Amino acid sequence: MNTSTTDAIDIRDAVKRYGDFTALHSVSLSIRDNEFFTLLGPSGCGKTTLLRMIAGFEDVTEGAIFLFGEEIEKLPPHKRPINTVFQNYALFPHMSVLENVGFGLEMLGHPMQEVRKRAGEALEMVQLSQFAARKPAQLSGGQQQRVALARALAPRPKVLLLDEPLSALDLKLRKAMQIELKHIQRDTGITFIFVTHDQEEALTMSDRIAVMSSGELQQLGDAREIYEQPRNTFVADFIGETNLLPVTVDEVQGGRAACHLPGGQTLTCDASAGVARGARVHLSLRPERVIVAAQPGVESLKATVRENIFVGTDITTIVDLAGGEEFRIRTSNSDRGRARIFEPGAGVFLNMEQGAARLLTD
Amino acid sequence: MAGGAASGGSSQSDTYAGARVWLLLPAWATLLILVVAPVGIMLVYSFLTKEFRGGVIWEFSWEAYDQFFFNRGLFGDEPPRIEWTYILIFWRSIWQAGVATLLSLAIGFPTACFIATRAPRQRPIWVFLVTIPYWVNLLIRTVSMKFLLRDNGPLNEALLGIGVISEPLHIVNTNLAVQLGLFYSYLPFMVLPIYAAVERYNFSLSEAAADLYAPRWTVLRRILLPAVKPGIVAGCILVFVPSLGSFLAPDLLGGARNFMIGSLIEEQFKGNAGNWPFGAAASMILLTLVLIILLFSARQQGRQEAR
Ligand SMILES: Nc1ncnc2c1ncn2[C@@H]1O[C@H](COP(=O)(O)OP(=O)(O)O)[C@@H](O)[C@H]1O
Ligand SMILES: [Mg+2]
Repeated sequence: MNTSTTDAIDIRDAVKRYGDFTALHSVSLSIRDNEFFTLLGPSGCGKTTLLRMIAGFEDVTEGAIFLFGEEIEKLPPHKRPINTVFQNYALFPHMSVLENVGFGLEMLGHPMQEVRKRAGEALEMVQLSQFAARKPAQLSGGQQQRVALARALAPRPKVLLLDEPLSALDLKLRKAMQIELKHIQRDTGITFIFVTHDQEEALTMSDRIAVMSSGELQQLGDAREIYEQPRNTFVADFIGETNLLPVTVDEVQGGRAACHLPGGQTLTCDASAGVARGARVHLSLRPERVIVAAQPGVESLKATVRENIFVGTDITTIVDLAGGEEFRIRTSNSDRGRARIFEPGAGVFLNMEQGAARLLTD
Repeated sequence: MAGGAASGGSSQSDTYAGARVWLLLPAWATLLILVVAPVGIMLVYSFLTKEFRGGVIWEFSWEAYDQFFFNRGLFGDEPPRIEWTYILIFWRSIWQAGVATLLSLAIGFPTACFIATRAPRQRPIWVFLVTIPYWVNLLIRTVSMKFLLRDNGPLNEALLGIGVISEPLHIVNTNLAVQLGLFYSYLPFMVLPIYAAVERYNFSLSEAAADLYAPRWTVLRRILLPAVKPGIVAGCILVFVPSLGSFLAPDLLGGARNFMIGSLIEEQFKGNAGNWPFGAAASMILLTLVLIILLFSARQQGRQEAR
């Protein structure tokens, strides 16, 4: 790509092997300047490994990494203008909060007066100025987390790496920090590469998301694309909730595919690339894009209600399809939604919204 | 300010207040029998009058201390001059023990770091290997050391063989031999506490420092060393203190000219020629010296933690 030199980070065919175990299989990724970029995937999929390769703590078995067009994978960590917020914070226990935050600037050779001034500003940004003289051990987990953030931001790196920085915080604090991080990213204009295994966190915060699994990049896109147009069953299943039904394709015509379920019910939906007659593929249906009704719609499946579960803002209805497969539908807990709730045992139709069903070939 | 915070007293619950007295009894009894009583006896003896065939006369006297620090001539009737003999022996002992401690630190620190960075399952094996020589009696080890270092011993043979030197090195009966002997005697006491400290060290701190533009040596100096300093101080004390009072290595490897405190004290209690009060006084002076060193390092540690 000709835009590659302006990308903040450009990873080309990066492979990482530990002995004969391959942690990353040829990953290629471009992360734009100024972007809030998220690496999302289940535990053990290689997110930390990739981040540590960018930071310089792990060498790259094969491939190359560029930072604003400059090849960096051979540089030691202290020569890369990239800073990291570590998952366990890694604050220096024998230094005060201010000394911690100023450490990077000091190492870059700034005069002490400026170090103190800029470290103070960074502390102000995370609202911890009054704790400057304390030792890290005298702070709460959330405060330590913010010191780690200030310490990584103070030297104004070109790229900031964050490895599951919020995972140790309780839910409420985590939500608040998500918003704060997003604001800091926007205000500083620094490129953030954020690692998480929490898909909801990824969807809320990111400009773009790279979904990873078993050391491979599964899909790259913004939150909406990843949620609405998952490329494969892994992404569909990992992001949000979905109903995955095995189907066989009977006919492909005019961009539409007619298929049947193991129980014999038929359904027509948009054909995706690679779908051919006779193919055994999966149908992904988001629970909130299906309506339970007494009468069939344009595209419908027959089912029997098993139970309704009240979950606060929503009601989840579990039904059994005519072929015996379990299927979940989510209805908003509003007057209009409640009118669509049927008693257990009732025979109903599951009416698909336009474009709700998605065929996935792998 | 530093002194107060150094104690860092955490108030324990008083649920076990009654039981605690009994639970602590063995510890107090041990301290009393093994520390307070011998030191007390030594203190008393150092202020008694010497009996010519060893032993003491129960009569108060400053003579032992006077003899240590002052020279009043052969018949004790001249005006006192400072007696340098024993002070010099002390000074030599401090020097020898200090060099041995630095040698142990120079070798022990990298060794400890090496062990602590092995895979967790391998570490006990390395620790075991470090301690193996210490299953052999110290006397035998020191004698073997002498054999190794002799003019026609394996070390010189090897160096002559590969042509590094053309004349054998005279190591036995020098200060260097004593330093090497002490270093070899007490090396594990340096390695083990440093290993314990480095093993507890969180290496992501080193990564964080490197991430924040610190070159390797700065990471070592600014992050790793402060974190493992208690282990280093403990190791230095554990090597320095026994080296200071050691008599085997100086006797066997140093010869008559490289006399150290330990030998001086040992002489006073051997056979009939000894002077018990003088030996006790020299021991008390040594003990005081060691206590001053320990107090000083404890204060430094306390200050560090309070900061
Ligand atoms: N030093 C290492 N030696 C061997 N395997 C490793 C090492 N570091 C990580 N791995 C393996 O690489 C895979 C990816 O790990 P990691 O990047 O930490 O995953 P994530 O951060 O996504 O949870 C895991 O299977 C892990 O066991
Ligand atoms: Mg990880």
